[in-house]
Amino acid sequence: MSEQENSSAVLTPSEADAPPARRKMTLNMGPQHPSTHGVLRLVLELDGETILSATPDIGYLHTGIEKEFEEKLYQQGVTLTDRIDYLAPLSNNLCYCLAAEKLLELEIPPKAQWMRVMLTELTRLNSHLVWLGTHAIDIGAMSVFLYCFREREEILRIFEMFSGQRMMTSYFRIGGLALAPPRGWRERVKKFIDVFPSRVDEYENLLTNNQIFMGRTQGVGYMSLEDMLDLGITGPMLRAAGLALDARKQEPYSGYEKFDFTIPTRTESDVFARYQVRVEEMRQSARIVNQALEGMPEGPHTADAPKVVLPEREKMKTQMESLIYHFKIVTEGFRVPAGEVYQIIESPRGELGYYMVSDGTSKPYRVHIHGPSFGNLQGLPKMIEGSMIADVIASLGSMDFVLGDTDR
Amino acid sequence: MTLSEGLELFALSRSERLGELTVEIAPEKLVETCHFLKHELQFERLSSVTAVDRYPSEPRFEVVYHLQSIARKERVRLKCLVRGDHPEIDSATIVWRSANWFEREVFDMFGIHFRNHPDLRRILMPDDWDGHPLRKDYPIAGPRA
Repeated sequence: MSEQENSSAVLTPSEADAPPARRKMTLNMGPQHPSTHGVLRLVLELDGETILSATPDIGYLHTGIEKEFEEKLYQQGVTLTDRIDYLAPLSNNLCYCLAAEKLLELEIPPKAQWMRVMLTELTRLNSHLVWLGTHAIDIGAMSVFLYCFREREEILRIFEMFSGQRMMTSYFRIGGLALAPPRGWRERVKKFIDVFPSRVDEYENLLTNNQIFMGRTQGVGYMSLEDMLDLGITGPMLRAAGLALDARKQEPYSGYEKFDFTIPTRTESDVFARYQVRVEEMRQSARIVNQALEGMPEGPHTADAPKVVLPEREKMKTQMESLIYHFKIVTEGFRVPAGEVYQIIESPRGELGYYMVSDGTSKPYRVHIHGPSFGNLQGLPKMIEGSMIADVIASLGSMDFVLGDTDR
Repeated sequence: MTLSEGLELFALSRSERLGELTVEIAPEKLVETCHFLKHELQFERLSSVTAVDRYPSEPRFEVVYHLQSIARKERVRLKCLVRGDHPEIDSATIVWRSANWFEREVFDMFGIHFRNHPDLRRILMPDDWDGHPLRKDYPIAGPRA
């Protein structure tokens, strides 16, 4: 078929007469586009370089984790939670454990709570560092990435020291921590967190007053607070629009009410404001880690609940009772009283919710994960429609979604 | 007006356990209740929508809505029971636009239809997929196992 016949089959006569620039074009962005940070497909309808409409297509990373939970014992489910938001595994560990602990009405000892706070804040740093490095690359600032990954590497080494794993840590367990904190952890974390604020200064030196970065981000990706609330957006994006909504303050969990930190906000609600909020959040997280180091309580790292928490290795080998409990937990799990809870935490990306339904057996009847990326991504079309195609990359980066969290 | 006074008008039953309030609503009253909660009681946010499959008992599905009021620092869980032979309920998208994707996920995973939804398509599974994976009668290893 000749080119002319082909185009007349698609276009109406008036459209065919229009100059090429006025014709609508459909552009497939992704699912393997590097700036979509995972496998997100965007169907963009363009008029020249202006976005007329955007339709996100998700599900490429759907792994059926919610179904999988129903077939696993409660304690086995922890390992699945790491794989949901793979940049913030400990936040997911924490939310899952808190939900199960609420159903079990377990009291968690202070040391475990503080340890959890310290490590989830390091997770927030880890996640924000990956975000900042990749976001800067997307916009064209290559070197920031190298700086960010230098610090991220040290955080991953700290995770490895605690749990034996760099990313899929599964360090929080129902009833406390998986292992006693390793020897020398305090010095290691202290050494890192003492220099970290000066490292944040370095990132800011590279970006905050950088004319190119400002030009690419200021006034880009604006969205009103009303639209954000209506579309289900949470986290740093909401705070950059002026609302200081943070579950750590609003509905404190795991002892966050004992820590002194502020919730940074901006009102411009553009890509640059989101950058400022996240950078300030890194400084606040460092403050929390410092306070956790200074005030770390002594005591056990697991709850006194022999039917739920695995006994120490030593006791298991010397005490008959511990051996029996160990055998029972490993082979048949523990029963969780029937009921339902919706546990909220503030993940690096926003409101993370686990809705857990128990029917009284040792496997959850239903676990629903409300990932912050899922709600946030829903606002994308509203944010980019009417803007230029180059701004899509900046806007996408400012949302900081993780597709594992979106698709589960 | 407090939350409990406001819910008197709509609730079929209510229970409070572990510090969380659960209210059962008749499915045909859902949109009216959501509208009331949003505009009279400042429940600005719809936090999540999901479902629980109680197969084989009837009514089979519980459609669960988690609402948050930032101004009042309160949360509430709404529940609607839906029958399995013809699972259908009104969409909450006219109250909160965020319900769009949340309900699409429930449709995809449980096969519950949302009336008046602007764009009810599968969201996570492929468009040509058979069955709804989170139903209890859907095998864990997939339909061909």
